[in-house]
Amino acid sequence: MIKKEMIAMLLAGGQGSRLGVLTEKVAKPAVSFGGKYRIIDFPLSNCINSGIDTVGVLTQYQPLLLNTHIGIGIPWDLDKNEGGVTVLPPYEKSTNSEWYTGTANAIYQNMDYMAQYNPDYVLILSGDHIYKMDYEVMLDFHKANKADVTIATMPVPLEEASRFGIVVTDETNRITQFEEKPEKPSSNLASMGIYIFSWPILKEALLAKKDQNNLDFGMHVLPYCHEKKQRLFAYEYNGYWKDVGTLGSYWEANMELIDIIPEFNLYEEFWKIYTKGDIIPPQYISQEAVIGKSLIGEGSEIHGEVQNSVIGPNVYIGPGTVVKDSVIMRNTSIGRNATVDKSIVAESVKIGNNVTLGAGEEAENVAKPKVYSFGLVTIGEHSVIPDGVTIGKNTAISGETTMDDYPGGTLQSGGVIAKDGESA
Amino acid sequence: MRAIGLILAGGSNNKMRELSNKRAIAAMPVAGSYRSIDFALSNMSNSHIQKVAVLTQYNARSLNEHLSSSKWWDFGRKQGGLYIFTPMVTADNSWWYRGTADAMYQNLNFLKNSHEPYVVIASGDGIYKLDYNKVLEYHIVKRADVTVVCTDIDGDDINRFGVLKMNEESRIEEFEEKPMVTQSHTISTGIYVLRRRQLIEMLEKCAQEDRHDFVKDILIRYKNLKRIYGYKIKDYWSNISTVESYYKTNMDFLRPDVREYFFREGPEIKTKIDDLPPAKYNPGAKVKNSLIASGCIINGEVENSVLFKNVFVGNNCVIKNSIILNEVYLGDNTHIENCVVESRDTIRANSYHYGEDGIKIVVEKNERYVL
Repeated sequence: MIKKEMIAMLLAGGQGSRLGVLTEKVAKPAVSFGGKYRIIDFPLSNCINSGIDTVGVLTQYQPLLLNTHIGIGIPWDLDKNEGGVTVLPPYEKSTNSEWYTGTANAIYQNMDYMAQYNPDYVLILSGDHIYKMDYEVMLDFHKANKADVTIATMPVPLEEASRFGIVVTDETNRITQFEEKPEKPSSNLASMGIYIFSWPILKEALLAKKDQNNLDFGMHVLPYCHEKKQRLFAYEYNGYWKDVGTLGSYWEANMELIDIIPEFNLYEEFWKIYTKGDIIPPQYISQEAVIGKSLIGEGSEIHGEVQNSVIGPNVYIGPGTVVKDSVIMRNTSIGRNATVDKSIVAESVKIGNNVTLGAGEEAENVAKPKVYSFGLVTIGEHSVIPDGVTIGKNTAISGETTMDDYPGGTLQSGGVIAKDGESA
Repeated sequence: MRAIGLILAGGSNNKMRELSNKRAIAAMPVAGSYRSIDFALSNMSNSHIQKVAVLTQYNARSLNEHLSSSKWWDFGRKQGGLYIFTPMVTADNSWWYRGTADAMYQNLNFLKNSHEPYVVIASGDGIYKLDYNKVLEYHIVKRADVTVVCTDIDGDDINRFGVLKMNEESRIEEFEEKPMVTQSHTISTGIYVLRRRQLIEMLEKCAQEDRHDFVKDILIRYKNLKRIYGYKIKDYWSNISTVESYYKTNMDFLRPDVREYFFREGPEIKTKIDDLPPAKYNPGAKVKNSLIASGCIINGEVENSVLFKNVFVGNNCVIKNSIILNEVYLGDNTHIENCVVESRDTIRANSYHYGEDGIKIVVEKNERYVL
């Protein structure tokens, strides 16, 4: 019989709507990060580096790119004879077919997948955080405390605590109280959305709560375990951990990688982050190029100026163009004499000559002021921007735009152009 | 595919000077991200040749490391595979490979046990793209016994190659190995196509006569007896087996046409993936007309150079017209000009290396963990 001590279940089905046009056609875990990576590379690499070789990836929202990226798991050595990576989309059942309606519901619907590995422990992960973590150390903690459930936590500033699930612990790290996004938090230990369950406990809880609508770990399963007086422990993590759920935090996390010695260091031999490296050639920096503090990916050709930016693989930046404080994802090309200021440009975008991104003063976004703020210009994947246009701050563009979309050649600050898809 | 592949990657020569101390020529890093043998291997794979043997002898470990997994070139399948043959002692043989023909003869069983009718023979030190199917079609149309892929070159480099002359039908009439003086500009690229049974027969005959070299003892001796044809290629082709040509080949990749041809146009050249982070430029970095591979961290000045993977360039360094191989550490204030810096070198701060008349090869100890 197949037996795995611990298997991982990676929740990768969410849209991540606060990333706006970046996740219009791409699930959040598949969004590029740090030049050559995608967000899901971090939990997947953590798994294999922690010795976990069986990972179920639960997908639902726009899974095409995610599926292509994961494939059979070769980049992470997760192409195993036994175990390895399995993509788990929702499926039709003889009775009660439904989408994944909540985090715990998704896990519940894949009970058979977990059972076939006969695990002692199940690790629940989410696919939208940037961090390096040894789950084996967390498992040791779980075992040492004879815990039923261990929740990875980290201290956050008290004023931000109401955005998280908050736990209160006693002196032995046992959780005495559990609050989901409390208005008045009674501690600053935030749940990171990473849980280790002893398998019988998880099974029992999911079966007991299976009829709950939108069954969620933070809202339903953990409080249920807590009520049943099970042994819930908080494992405190103090390394780098970044939730890149908003455009602002996404941009910031990318910018932090450029620091001379970044807090999150990708250059260490130890604990490598793996990704599907499909672009092999070196990058070319031309005679007229100027490169300041930046990260630049494989196969890119730079003829212009790049300052304080993260440039993905296979990007072309034309002569006379200046890119500053920006994130440019793979396969994007930018023409001549363009100015790109504080922008996030997704994959395979074509930006014409003499285009200006990030011009003028900030103004509130007309469509989604909470999403498109921070003064950023955000451009969705496969967008086209014609020659010579000027685009303001807090703007979003998706789809193939033409001159007609820019009255007077300009998109004012706060404007949105959504050519394909429902809305930006 | 109707052919199997043989890659002759055995050799070393003193024209590579110190660079061949550490590795076989076929394992030389090329163009920032690749190794020389990747080109032959990718061409085989892209031509749908599924069964490939690499014959290696000199410093075979360097090559073995690179080929430790065959999946990067899409080999390692149920049908076919990548085989690495080093010399071995058997009941009736205890020789090293005494030449190219001998290397193949010692692996005659591999040839005999295959069922594909043709064999493509290539060397591990050529930088080119070629669809071997085209050569094979030509071979069949010409009803040739052996087809030799050849190309025109100019320059005095010619005397390190096999030089040939074809008649108007492209049949090879003259073939000289490394001549001192020659009128022809056409050279053999060391790529051959022939029937598997023909090769077996020639190799057996050659071995009976105690001869060991494929060019000298087979091609040249048979040229009037057998139908040996030339297939001329006009695209980029370069052989890296001298320091000068190695240097030039790497520098060729700074040309837009060469980059376009190898990096952008399909089919792609594949190599072992290293999972390195993107190159990082810190304040003080000043890079002009250079190729930079992944994992590099740059704090200084780089001009007209090729930096391979994981190179660290310290503050106030100046690197000009140079090739810096994998994992070199350059301490602060170092000046490198007209050099090839051997991989994993640790260049101490304030060093000065200048290739005055020709290319200087810099070999330093790896003192990374002492510094």
